Amino acid sequence: MNIHEYQAKALLRSYGMPVPEGRAATTVAEAAAAASALDAPVTVVKAQIHAGGRGAGHFAGKPEGKGGVRLARSADDVTDAAQAMLGEVLITKQTGPAGRLVRTLYIESGCDIARELYFSMLVDRSTGQIVIVASPDGGMEIEDVAARTPERILKEYIDPAKGLCDYQSRDVAVRLGLKGREIRAFQNVVRSAYNAFTGLDAAIVEINPLVVTGAGDLLALDAKMSFDENALFRHPDLARLRDVHEEDPREREAAEYGLAYVGLDGNIGCMVNGAGLAMATMDIIKMEGEEPANFLDVGGGASKERVAAAFRILIGDPKVRGILVNIFGGIMRCDVIAEAIIAASHETRLNVPLVVRLAGTNVERGKALLAESGLTIIPADDLGDAARKIVSAVRNAGA
Amino acid sequence: MSILVNQSTKVITQGFTGAQGTFHTEQAIAYGTRMVGGVTPGKGGSLHLGLPVFDTVAQAREATGADASVIYVPPAGAADAILEAIAAGIPLIVCITEGIPVQDMVRVRAALERSDSLLVGPNCPGIITPDECKIGIMPGPIHRRGHVGIVSRSGTLTYEAVAQTSAIGQGQSTCVGIGGDPVKGMDFTDVLERMIADPDTHSIVMIGEIGGTSEIEGAELIRASGTRKPVVGFIAGATAPPGRRMGHAGAVITGGHETASAKIEALREAGIHVAPSPAELGTTLARVLG
Repeated sequence: MNIHEYQAKALLRSYGMPVPEGRAATTVAEAAAAASALDAPVTVVKAQIHAGGRGAGHFAGKPEGKGGVRLARSADDVTDAAQAMLGEVLITKQTGPAGRLVRTLYIESGCDIARELYFSMLVDRSTGQIVIVASPDGGMEIEDVAARTPERILKEYIDPAKGLCDYQSRDVAVRLGLKGREIRAFQNVVRSAYNAFTGLDAAIVEINPLVVTGAGDLLALDAKMSFDENALFRHPDLARLRDVHEEDPREREAAEYGLAYVGLDGNIGCMVNGAGLAMATMDIIKMEGEEPANFLDVGGGASKERVAAAFRILIGDPKVRGILVNIFGGIMRCDVIAEAIIAASHETRLNVPLVVRLAGTNVERGKALLAESGLTIIPADDLGDAARKIVSAVRNAGA
Repeated sequence: MSILVNQSTKVITQGFTGAQGTFHTEQAIAYGTRMVGGVTPGKGGSLHLGLPVFDTVAQAREATGADASVIYVPPAGAADAILEAIAAGIPLIVCITEGIPVQDMVRVRAALERSDSLLVGPNCPGIITPDECKIGIMPGPIHRRGHVGIVSRSGTLTYEAVAQTSAIGQGQSTCVGIGGDPVKGMDFTDVLERMIADPDTHSIVMIGEIGGTSEIEGAELIRASGTRKPVVGFIAGATAPPGRRMGHAGAVITGGHETASAKIEALREAGIHVAPSPAELGTTLARVLG
């Protein structure tokens, strides 16, 4: 689960992270009031969307205009910036061409910047340990730094038996070229990030840039946090930070039923059990020359209701021009899948071609149920057969 | 012969009396797995499915001499169940549970590295040596005894590989689903080195996915081993949009080798026969075997 910058900063501040003073605003008047309350010589007005690259982005219809992070030197500047951003669509490298509607701004005190560093914390899958990632090249896309100058990326692994040791943070600080009181300040940044990371089951804490001010203080100028969905049951308070406007409505509906769904741009809807088989099904649709509309894993022990909900999401997607159901039953029983498809098709009329491939547990009963249902279903014997049949059915229907 | 499990492997179930534990233990008994008991805290001393129930894994290990434990405990308690099995000295632990918090698995991984236990999973279908021992949730009837070793991160894609190898008249020596979680127990290298050394495994099918670099490490192990056993590979997720699952800094750690194309390239360089489509795992193996 992702959250906004202003939410991440508030959480991190509660764990001791130094962050600039700031306030969220959802109207121009609130933005102006926030700026006057901050009373800083320079204010920064930042669009709050769940995507990076805001500063270098542009607003829809204004490809040459300013981005989603603007400096303001007066109350009028703040009002102008807020008017230009609120209710407008911000397009960045990470949003894709559709962009994201800006509903909230974050108004923050500016600061003088002597240096910009990069800092993040996440779980490294190969070692199975929490790792600190840092670089003296802050404020840039870290992927670019990794690709061009990998030697400028520092990593420090945290032994789960010992936890974070402050000497590790000081060691990283020295390797970053920090001096004097900056070293202790960096130690505090890492400690607060670690306490937030472990205390909230974060998936990532990323501070980019982490700035060194002229006075030698450290400040988290931008902050990104996301959380391990599997651990949200331990942190019920985090649920209120979820911004449903930032989520694909299809994905939101799927999540309510406990389905793993990712919306894509193609027109063949897929319903599959198991993430690997679901990805393989997307791959084979593409190999046959069409594009998948989604990734949808109904999981192992899904009930008939859950599978029916999954099927309804596919039927209800206007982009979907054909549906491929690919089930290799293990825990999942093919007869449950068949019953769910029949139930969902009775509620909502199915007016696109449907190819069903069933294998594994209770396959014969599943096939018999579908055959007796009266639904127009194109049966398939295996994965390759299923992909060929749905692609040709969609093309024939479109011709 | 086979790897990790055979007809003499004695197995207990953790989360024994729950719905999942009950159903899959029944299935395992019907398959012929040597089930010797189970653990449900608070129900020690009773019988379930005709087998003894224990309060702790240590008691179960002491009384039954179990060699393996399979875990069907729900996510909130699953990491603790693995830690308990490690503490009791169970040599092989198979965790089926899906949805364990990553940071719980960080603690498990550290405990594993200080122990002699092996962990398969979590979030996996389990392990099967056909006609001898089935530990997990895979459908038994699709398997047949033979000489193809199968190792995969995905559950249902493992079944796909099993069905396709069976369809070309081959059977399986052992199939291991290592699971899809980012922090887990045995990885490709751990399974592949055992399959390479196993005289009963004559060829190998390895199925990976985007994310992480363990397929590349597996491919490197195969190349370095100099094995003459044919290996067929597949990487799922060539069409998956980048960055939808993990924050972008995840890829930084590994320098961008997590894509399907980077992995396919690494497999090919190691002499692995990469199936052109997930529907051609069996036919690719048939062609390689001649």
